[in-house]
Amino acid sequence: MRGGQCTAWAPVLQFTNCRILRGGVLLREDLWVRGGRILDPEKLFFEERRVADKQRDCGGCILAPGFIDVQINGGFGVDFSKATEDVGSGVALVARRILSHGVTSFCPTLITSPPEVYHKVLPQISVKSGGPHGAGVLGVHLEGPFISHEKRGAHPEAYLRSFEANAFHDVLATYGPLDNVRIVTLAPELGRSHEVIRALTAQGICVSLGHSVADLKVAEEAVQSGATFITHLFNAMLPFHHRDPGIVGLLTSDQVPPGRCIFYGMIADGIHTNPAALRIAHRAHPQGLVLVTDAVPALGLGNGRHTLGQQEVEVDGLTAYVAGTKTLSGSIAPMDVCIRHFLQATGCSVELALEAASLHPAQLLGLEKTKGSLDFGSDADFVVLDDTLHVQATYISGELVWQAEKAGP
Amino acid sequence: MKLIILENYSQASEWAAKYIRNRIIQFNPGPDKYFTLGLPTGLPQEHPESYHSFMWNNFFKHIDIHPENTHILDGNAADLQAECDAFEEKIQAAGGIELFVGGIGPDGHIAFNEPGSSLVSRTRVKTLAMDTILANARFFDGDLAKVPTMALTVGVGTVMDAREVMILITGAHKAFALYKAIEEGVNHMWTVSAFQQHPRTVFVCDEDATLELKVKTVKYFKGLMLVHNKLVDPLYSIKEKEIQKSQSAKKPYSD
Repeated sequence: MRGGQCTAWAPVLQFTNCRILRGGVLLREDLWVRGGRILDPEKLFFEERRVADKQRDCGGCILAPGFIDVQINGGFGVDFSKATEDVGSGVALVARRILSHGVTSFCPTLITSPPEVYHKVLPQISVKSGGPHGAGVLGVHLEGPFISHEKRGAHPEAYLRSFEANAFHDVLATYGPLDNVRIVTLAPELGRSHEVIRALTAQGICVSLGHSVADLKVAEEAVQSGATFITHLFNAMLPFHHRDPGIVGLLTSDQVPPGRCIFYGMIADGIHTNPAALRIAHRAHPQGLVLVTDAVPALGLGNGRHTLGQQEVEVDGLTAYVAGTKTLSGSIAPMDVCIRHFLQATGCSVELALEAASLHPAQLLGLEKTKGSLDFGSDADFVVLDDTLHVQATYISGELVWQAEKAGP
Repeated sequence: MKLIILENYSQASEWAAKYIRNRIIQFNPGPDKYFTLGLPTGLPQEHPESYHSFMWNNFFKHIDIHPENTHILDGNAADLQAECDAFEEKIQAAGGIELFVGGIGPDGHIAFNEPGSSLVSRTRVKTLAMDTILANARFFDGDLAKVPTMALTVGVGTVMDAREVMILITGAHKAFALYKAIEEGVNHMWTVSAFQQHPRTVFVCDEDATLELKVKTVKYFKGLMLVHNKLVDPLYSIKEKEIQKSQSAKKPYSD
């Protein structure tokens, strides 16, 4: 655990010769860390009259808040939707391997599965702080089974469900206890969705709209009931139509309650979304854009056939299809690749591209006071990047947890 | 007095910075020999956060000074005069100020020694002139009611005790003050004029600040720039001197 009075005696680390992302700008500033948190050096200087105990030269690199992936189905052969006896090890393996992508916190995602799977898997995934062992688990993202049949995408048809009969009770019966659940994706056109959205939101769970044929009106009502996120915008929803923009229209809707920001996930792997569509979304509502990987177990493995949920998946280069079809089956682009592609496709600032993978997901989950930024008092989860935004090193709680191998002399 | 005239604000700032750097290197400071740099209190003390932030953001965070070696007048002290007296004692304890760097106000004041301040004054509490209050309003969102009317300041005498004094003057609005400071007599209405009686003073200014001086004065000192520029020639830095001792590489840093 970090924080507390004992941190006053913890060593002070000063990261020098770097540019840090703070307040939406890359500043030529040093980053100070103590007790796993970002420290205010001015207070240290004038009130405690202390200097740093250790200094680390960052070689002119960029220091950005650690990336947060709120939609990742597995990776490196691990499938979060698979009910094994030791789900914990799988989660731990992914948590460790994604450190090299700059991800310091994530939400393991389960796609549509039968209740037995949820009852077996969910109790084995607990919210956990990150560290040298791997990225932190913020909670589980449940994508389905309360989704549209027509827009199920790669989700297995047999396990789709509705909550028309008993609303929230159906939800609890399907998933089991929701203790470690952080996000639920559902289709708002399903009967009694408003009750379910309100009940989930009351429990502090983020409700996301996705895999749906909802029109804009239904989507707006869902937002008014408490939904705050859109799962992989454009994918698995009705296309934008100028007389009925559908869920996509939420980006510029005037029915969003004041003070609320609609966030939307985008898979910027160069395959799931045409760059022009990426630009339209970004220009319409840049502050709501959240980069997600939606990575499948094949992430980090080579070409060939692999398992996702209850289905088989075919991997070819940077593309993954449902075996035997042309339906996309999640992405295998790591988070840092997505950020670079997003930057190049939209021509946005480096600052915004980095915020889309750190600050915005933190804001979505209401964690912006401790995650997603390098503000004083935030958790010292950050990533060291070169000018081309390639990850050089990853830190969690001010501790080095991953480092790129240096090129030989 | 040396009057150094540079073309503009940037060049004047750079010249001054190089001069200070060279003076520190020539002094050859070490663990038992501290170079004491004096700076005037930049802002009235009643908003210690603003002042400390100012010093932190503009100076301390860019260098590796140890907080114990910084001494700032505390405007929130219970007994302000005792705070001022203690400050004077700290200066003595440090062996006196080696180099004092300051600017002047449009009314010719140094630090907060407003017109009428004694030319032998010490560190003390001072009421501020309206001009100064107006000038400081920009630090308080332009709200005159918020601007403090008192400040702790080093005295003219305190600065005169420094072994060397450097005054920076840029901009046309300071031109008249510069004229009064160096072409007229010593006068407590223009407290900077006191430095006519200091053995080592350097005035660094830009062209605009010379607008009220006699053409003869300006031409004379511009003619000396060839000599004066030698004062800012690159020197081996202290680190490099150490390296030089262990190796034989010869390469002065570039400007």
